Amino acid sequence: MISAPDVVAFTKEDEFQEEPYNEPALPEEYSVPLFPFASQGTNPWSKLSGAKFSRDFILISEFSEQVGPQPLMTIPNDTKVFGTFDLNYFSLRIMSVDYQASFVGHPPGSAYPKLNFVEDSKVVLGDSKEGAFAYVHHLTLYDLEARGFVRPFCMAYISADQHKIMQQFQELSAEFSKASECLKTGNRKAFAGELEKKLKDLDYTRTVLHRETEIQKKANDKGFYTSQAIEKANELASVEKSIIEHQDLLKQIRSYPYRKLKGSALSAGEADHTQNQTGKASTTINPDESADAEIYTSRPDYTPKLIKAKSTKCFDKKLKTLEELCDTEYFTQTLAQLSHIEHMFRGDLCYLLTSQIDRVLLKQQHITNFLFEDFAEVVDRVVEKEGSVSLEPSQDRPPSRCLEECLIPKVLISVGSYKSSVESVLIKMEQRLENEYKKLEVTEVSSFDPQENLDYLDMDMKGSISSGESIEVLGTEKPTSVLPKSDSQASLTVPLSPQVMRSKAASHRTISEDSIEVLSTCPSEALIPDDFKASYPSAINEEESYADDNEGAILFQASTSPLELGEAEEGSLENAPSHTDSSCCIGKESDSLLAPLPALAHKLSDDDGVVSIPPQRYRQKDQGFHVDFAVENVNPSSQDNSAESFPPYELDPHCLLASRDVSRTSLDNYSDSTSYMSSVASTSSNRTSLSSHATGTSSERHKKRAGQNALKFIRQYPFAHPAIYSLLSGRTLVVLGEDEAIVRKLVTALSIFVPNFGHYAKPVKHWVSSPLHITDFQKWKLIGLQRVASPASAGTLQALSRYSRYTSILDLDNKTLRCPLYRGTLVPRLADHRTQIKRGSTYYMHIQSMLTQLCSKAFLYTFCHHLHLPAHDRETQELVASRQVSFLKLNLGLVNEDIKVVQYLAELLKLQYIQESPGNSQPMLRFDYVPSFLYKI
Amino acid sequence: MLRWLIGGSREPQGLAEKSPLHTIGEEQTQNPYTELIVLKAHHDIVRFLVQLDDYRFASAGDDGIVVVWNAQTGEKLLELSGHTQKITAIIPFPSLESFEGKNQQILTASADRTVIVWDCDTGRPVQRVSCFQSTVKCLTVLQRLDVWLSGGNDLCVWNRELDLLCRTGHLSDTGISALIEIPNNCVVAAVGKELIIFRVVTPTEEALEWDILEVQRLHDHQDNILSLVNINDLSFATGSHVGELIIWDILDWTMQAYERNFWNPCLQLDTQQEIKLCQKSNDISIHQFTCDEENVFAAVGRGLYVYNLQMKRVIACQKTAHDSNVLHIATLPNRQLVSCSEDGSVRIWELREKQQLPAEPVPTGFFNMWGFGRVNKQGSQPIKKQQEIATSCSLELIGDLIGHSSSVEMFLYFEDHGLVTCSADHLIILWKNGERESGLRSLKLFQKLEEDGGLYLSV
Repeated sequence: MISAPDVVAFTKEDEFQEEPYNEPALPEEYSVPLFPFASQGTNPWSKLSGAKFSRDFILISEFSEQVGPQPLMTIPNDTKVFGTFDLNYFSLRIMSVDYQASFVGHPPGSAYPKLNFVEDSKVVLGDSKEGAFAYVHHLTLYDLEARGFVRPFCMAYISADQHKIMQQFQELSAEFSKASECLKTGNRKAFAGELEKKLKDLDYTRTVLHRETEIQKKANDKGFYTSQAIEKANELASVEKSIIEHQDLLKQIRSYPYRKLKGSALSAGEADHTQNQTGKASTTINPDESADAEIYTSRPDYTPKLIKAKSTKCFDKKLKTLEELCDTEYFTQTLAQLSHIEHMFRGDLCYLLTSQIDRVLLKQQHITNFLFEDFAEVVDRVVEKEGSVSLEPSQDRPPSRCLEECLIPKVLISVGSYKSSVESVLIKMEQRLENEYKKLEVTEVSSFDPQENLDYLDMDMKGSISSGESIEVLGTEKPTSVLPKSDSQASLTVPLSPQVMRSKAASHRTISEDSIEVLSTCPSEALIPDDFKASYPSAINEEESYADDNEGAILFQASTSPLELGEAEEGSLENAPSHTDSSCCIGKESDSLLAPLPALAHKLSDDDGVVSIPPQRYRQKDQGFHVDFAVENVNPSSQDNSAESFPPYELDPHCLLASRDVSRTSLDNYSDSTSYMSSVASTSSNRTSLSSHATGTSSERHKKRAGQNALKFIRQYPFAHPAIYSLLSGRTLVVLGEDEAIVRKLVTALSIFVPNFGHYAKPVKHWVSSPLHITDFQKWKLIGLQRVASPASAGTLQALSRYSRYTSILDLDNKTLRCPLYRGTLVPRLADHRTQIKRGSTYYMHIQSMLTQLCSKAFLYTFCHHLHLPAHDRETQELVASRQVSFLKLNLGLVNEDIKVVQYLAELLKLQYIQESPGNSQPMLRFDYVPSFLYKI
Repeated sequence: MLRWLIGGSREPQGLAEKSPLHTIGEEQTQNPYTELIVLKAHHDIVRFLVQLDDYRFASAGDDGIVVVWNAQTGEKLLELSGHTQKITAIIPFPSLESFEGKNQQILTASADRTVIVWDCDTGRPVQRVSCFQSTVKCLTVLQRLDVWLSGGNDLCVWNRELDLLCRTGHLSDTGISALIEIPNNCVVAAVGKELIIFRVVTPTEEALEWDILEVQRLHDHQDNILSLVNINDLSFATGSHVGELIIWDILDWTMQAYERNFWNPCLQLDTQQEIKLCQKSNDISIHQFTCDEENVFAAVGRGLYVYNLQMKRVIACQKTAHDSNVLHIATLPNRQLVSCSEDGSVRIWELREKQQLPAEPVPTGFFNMWGFGRVNKQGSQPIKKQQEIATSCSLELIGDLIGHSSSVEMFLYFEDHGLVTCSADHLIILWKNGERESGLRSLKLFQKLEEDGGLYLSV
């Protein structure tokens, strides 16, 4: 039976490529054949290599008024990433689905051009020919020189994995919104500046014209106007008008933040989101929106130019670049955000989902999570969380109900999700009107023949989307607060029944294999609920009691999603996710805790065989799943070979698709070398110098290596148990050795057992050569100490023996360990030298789960009131103490020295909890007066 | 034995051979100090610790700064900097009884020839005197008269406002090494080998001026007096460099008891031996006294001796209590004695009624042995029996505290917070009872939980 961590490990990391140490080679007859494609430099995930690009990337495109859709840049900015993928073609595709009414001009009612502050639209589309799926984020930037003052842009996250796009829609949307907001803020600033310049120009032009007119007037005393004079007067008038227009525009752009906030106040979720973003902007970018107004006015001196009456030809002028459109500062900020996104969504979907769940769970254990978690990472995660928390619940929408049904309370009952589930209800209310409209339509639609329905839809789509036949919009919805309800596309496609969707998709599949399918487009908040309704007509028809119906729907979906996936394959797997993905999330979240993904995957593959005409691409994907399992068998034997045959950068777990991204490679190499060679101090400096994502990467690798080396240590040293016990019970372990690399390696490996004091770096000192001091034992719980043969080291050893009561000493050169006796049962479970676990990351996860278990025991012990305080005044301290011991022994099932481990963790928990200001205090050194023993191999 | 396993002995070989140091090993069931906090603020040797109130203490040393600490949390409360050179004496200056406990002040004297009065609540110097001709080596406060005395090469009397009330003439170049208050407005000053009794004359109707008069000089010590301590209302004790212990009557300053030989039998040897011993006379100098109702505890060289006042003899001893000189000793409640030494360790002893087996024989005065630390096994055999009758108690080592890497200069005991030690390694260590601290933390945790409302939510 494969347990969940194993599967996750396999899907995430190509660890079979790593070679942490030389295991004796297996005899020929036992060795399992290598993964057949390993020699070709591919990996088991090469199913995705059906796509022409090697891994996910972000594409920024523009619909240029001069040349039409054109790609501007990719992130990462490396041609190797997208390979032969046709960016121009894809830009055309993604830009052509931008249906939003980014209309600027003279609306019928008003005299002056109006700026339309449109919301970004978020679309998911797929191009089956290219094997590319994309989350597309359209946005409009203002440019005074552009037609209608607008320049449509889009940012697309392109991946070969459709499920990833669909399931990470919320996160993608949230992250891209941040990037977009950043761009737009900068753009507004730049636009306002441009307007001011223009106004000055106009003003100057007016004065010049005025003067000229005056001169003419004076010169002309005949009493009638020459045609020249009339022309001048006309010119002057047009300048005057232009000034008024521009002033109006300036006013509009300046009024933006207020207007936006007012508009979004309608929907709580939106407002929250906006505030989030503005908050973000104000923290990351110094000029925040409210300050913008002042910035607009305080322009540096500018010498006005005379404006010619006739403007230059449209095609002569050079359009501004994206960087010019936005402030450079904001532009770089955006780029940083985009590369952050790229890092964030790197890797396999399964991994992303698991780590998301992991994050949520971890965050909830805020009292104990500091003990064994890598804190740099957790902090990073928390930061990430801030953005996505409000969005998340829509993914697993009715939290409280799910909690009962799916037995996954922890994921769902976080305050954040609760709050925003409330918010989404609010949104619901607003949509009532719209829904009613839909309902009306649905009743109509349901009477239609599906094919007719489809035609009807397509027809409508064609009307609104001005691009060719091959485009297929499966679901679109407008941001409700921005666009008028009467907009036909807004509500049109939502009430599709699953049958409709499937048949439609199927029919298209057969017709045009190379079609672009817009799988769903909708604002973030409204996605999932409506999706549910889309798949379950009953829910739509009984809109008033949608909650109940949804419950049913979710129940059904959650339980049947694998089946449904298989089923859907027949028709269109393409679609299936669009209506099951939300439930899938729920299903997976629950499943991953109970019966994990393999079940689903197996199901998929089983069905695969039965399906009569399985779509080609999905076949491949399923093979991918098969391969996942195959790899498991292949892995141990292939480890050595693959490690040799693969270039080092491919070892990066975040980059499953073979990548030749040079910049990243160097980064990885860097983090690779530092992960071992640097002390805690230098790693922390790395963390500051590298971006936060790099930390994530390196810590991931770090974990893997650490797990592997810990495993090695456990196998190699029979006295690993007392050593680990020392670490767990807070007794400093000194690793003594001559070779720095070996010591560092072991220290890194053992550091996974070291409980943290708080939300900062682990108390681990990788390498020290000076004599140890008492403060070192207070500060560090794991120390790598240099043994020097010279007499200078006598002091070091002397100090070591002097403080021997505070330390356990692992002598690597002599292979001895001097530490107290350990007779518990906890560590043998944690570190079984006969363990079947072979992979570092798997072992790391094993440890993590064991330690989490331990933490929960410590938590229980710490927070049991009666264990620490006398029940009444007359109760003696001894009685309380005996109660403690009996609780530890009987209730927590701890044996002998295990008690000390839990007690130590409890002390750390107490300290952390009662600490007023986090991070400043150093814990005391706790120790026991217990005899030590010398262990030898 | 385990302590030697990892190579590198803790002391040079020669010393280890010479002194059969009493060691306890790593299993110390009676040692309550299972938690420590290292306090770091000083940049030089920390020599003095004074208790300010129930939870605060001040430390001072050669770096010239005084640091006020919270003994409970180990938090550094204040840093008092004003002296430019090392601090030579520090004493709490209790405020007037009306507002006792508040507005705590301390007096510090420094080698820069100044004395500063500090306010320990604000950390500011209240007043400063810098008109000294010599370094003030000792300070004492006469609470009753609300004056304080400074002892350097002369003795000065000051009032709270830091007005010089009166002073003696130049006493000696070496200056006053110790100063204590005795009844009848008198003080005893140890100046070299002499003890000088001074009387402070308070202003009366006739004489409006303060005055200090030399009353008597006592010349009974043969060597420099190193320690001077009040025992009780009846007597005080002095100890000298050559190991003389004299108990004095506190009122008429007569000698009540004179002990010299019991810890240093060698002095009665022939001259040859005496010379040899004089070279290592440091071993027998009496560094410090402490006392309880019945006994005077003396730190003599590396050893500890318990002198019973009633029986007027040594009732227990540890000749080599430490690897090197004992610098400070103090008694704790429950008959425990704590000693700290130049070897960097602090040891906790318990005075026990003698059981069947004596821990260490105490040599009688006439029976001599080779050297102080060199116990001759054969020679000691016959003495043992004699000793069993002679001494009724023994000092049992119940624990040692190892943390400092250099000599432990002083320590301070807090009833509620444990032990504070200061050392030449610039550190101060707070030793605490781990179990008790754990309980306190739990208490605090549940208090905080209650404040947060978490306690009832969970119910």
